[in-house]
Amino acid sequence: MPSEPLRQLLLDPTVVTVALGALLLGATAGALGTFAVLRRQSLLGDTMSHAALPGVVLGYLLAQGRSLPAMLAGALVTGLAAALLAQLLARRRGVKHEAALGTWLGTGFALGVVLLSLVQHQPGAGSAGLEQFLFGQAAATLRSDLLLIGAIALLSLGLVALLFHRFELVTFDPRFARAGGVAVRVYETLLTLLLAVAIVVGLQLVGVVLMSALVVAPAVAARQLAGSLGAMLWLSAAVGAFSALVGALASAAVPGLSTGPTVVLVATACAALALAFGRRRGVRLEGA
Amino acid sequence: MSRPAPASAPPAAETVGVSLRYGRALALDGVSLRVPRGAMGAVVGPNGAGKSTLLKVLLGLDDGHEGDAYLLGRPALQARHLVGYVPQRSTVDWDFPATALDVVTMGLYRQLGPFRRAGRAARERARAALAEVGMEAFEDRQIGQLSGGQQQRVFLARALVQEAELYLLDEPFAGVDAASEAALVEVLRRLNAQGATVVAVHHDLTTLASYFDWIALLNVRLFAQGPLAATLTPEALQAAYGGRLPLLATLAPEEVRRAV
Repeated sequence: MPSEPLRQLLLDPTVVTVALGALLLGATAGALGTFAVLRRQSLLGDTMSHAALPGVVLGYLLAQGRSLPAMLAGALVTGLAAALLAQLLARRRGVKHEAALGTWLGTGFALGVVLLSLVQHQPGAGSAGLEQFLFGQAAATLRSDLLLIGAIALLSLGLVALLFHRFELVTFDPRFARAGGVAVRVYETLLTLLLAVAIVVGLQLVGVVLMSALVVAPAVAARQLAGSLGAMLWLSAAVGAFSALVGALASAAVPGLSTGPTVVLVATACAALALAFGRRRGVRLEGA
Repeated sequence: MSRPAPASAPPAAETVGVSLRYGRALALDGVSLRVPRGAMGAVVGPNGAGKSTLLKVLLGLDDGHEGDAYLLGRPALQARHLVGYVPQRSTVDWDFPATALDVVTMGLYRQLGPFRRAGRAARERARAALAEVGMEAFEDRQIGQLSGGQQQRVFLARALVQEAELYLLDEPFAGVDAASEAALVEVLRRLNAQGATVVAVHHDLTTLASYFDWIALLNVRLFAQGPLAATLTPEALQAAYGGRLPLLATLAPEEVRRAV
């Protein structure tokens, strides 16, 4: 028995756009987060999302206005650059990979904040909603954004479906895969790229500060319940979609409420419930 | 147990002058290994002798070495997919969401190609391999809930589905209970009797003579290789281990004599 204001909210075309966008983003981030968690790349995800901020601003500057494709492309470039620089620092200079990631997380984010404050003093920039990339604002989703978000979701999830067994093998036992002649480096790079995509795609909704939590928390919840990688992917996608939807609707209904924190609180609540009650249920979703 | 191979047959596994460094430390120094076809072989040596590294070289898993490696008469990189490989159990995260049957089925993924899913036929083959290692009752068990020995048997079953001519095993008995060790040995013997070559990295000298019929004594350099009876001499052991195995003086010669 939805109350009258809630019914109005659900019929509002803006809200429908926001809800659809959130569902797609949440499902994509949740599904791809499965590999990030199993491959112990949570910190890598956090680094890429924080380091995406300067890219968002640069994309905005290059496109001379709010262009989601340009900003997301910029985010992808600087996010991946941070990941690569961390790897170089670890390999060439013997810095611990974790420490290298932490360094670039901070550096990238600081650079982003400085750029952001410089750009915001330009005329017209204030209305572009750049600062919404910090904590996310679902209401900023435009109808035209849906197409881009949908295409990214379809492409990345399609790739996972297509190469599912290869990704499974490389994630579980890369050494065995390599000995069998599987091009492990190629698949590992693809998985890291997919993680970057999962993060970038959700930036507008959740923001750079909290995005990695939307990637990690659904997978943590799903791991508690799933007995196979396929089941974990579906469960994680469902938790991600649910969290994003609830968070987006809540922030649309309550003026001034940022979307990111709301989404992340829902996702972590799901993870906490799963950890408390779902210890290794072994759900397998055969045929899925 | 090993059948005599024709003199012209290339070794099942061979390295020619293989050297490898980790930083400044020499891990392998001019190792020329020749494991004959049909051998039930062990690579033996103290900790840090480079035994696992030698397997890595054979499978192309190292980051670069001098010298050449061959498998089944072909350059190793071209033939490594024909090898049934059993890595050390500790190299993977057993908290991965998969059942015993899932992991064994992964042994068939390479043959299936990048895009095909494992179907009923693949699952049946995996099931048969699980039965061969005596784990058929555990096919639906999550791998994280298996004992160390059971996990090792699952790993062996994953190699078995490949129906390989050559099996390379890295410390297959490490951290394994007695029942599992016996089951593993029995499977390896059966494979060997059917004509497969087996090479295992092994470091338990007390079981060496009863499990294997061919050995290579490695400690960075290759100290000896050949049929066990002729190769496992106290002198060769002493040379390979240096003074590092006090037990050797009392136990090993007796073991050796009994075996020979």
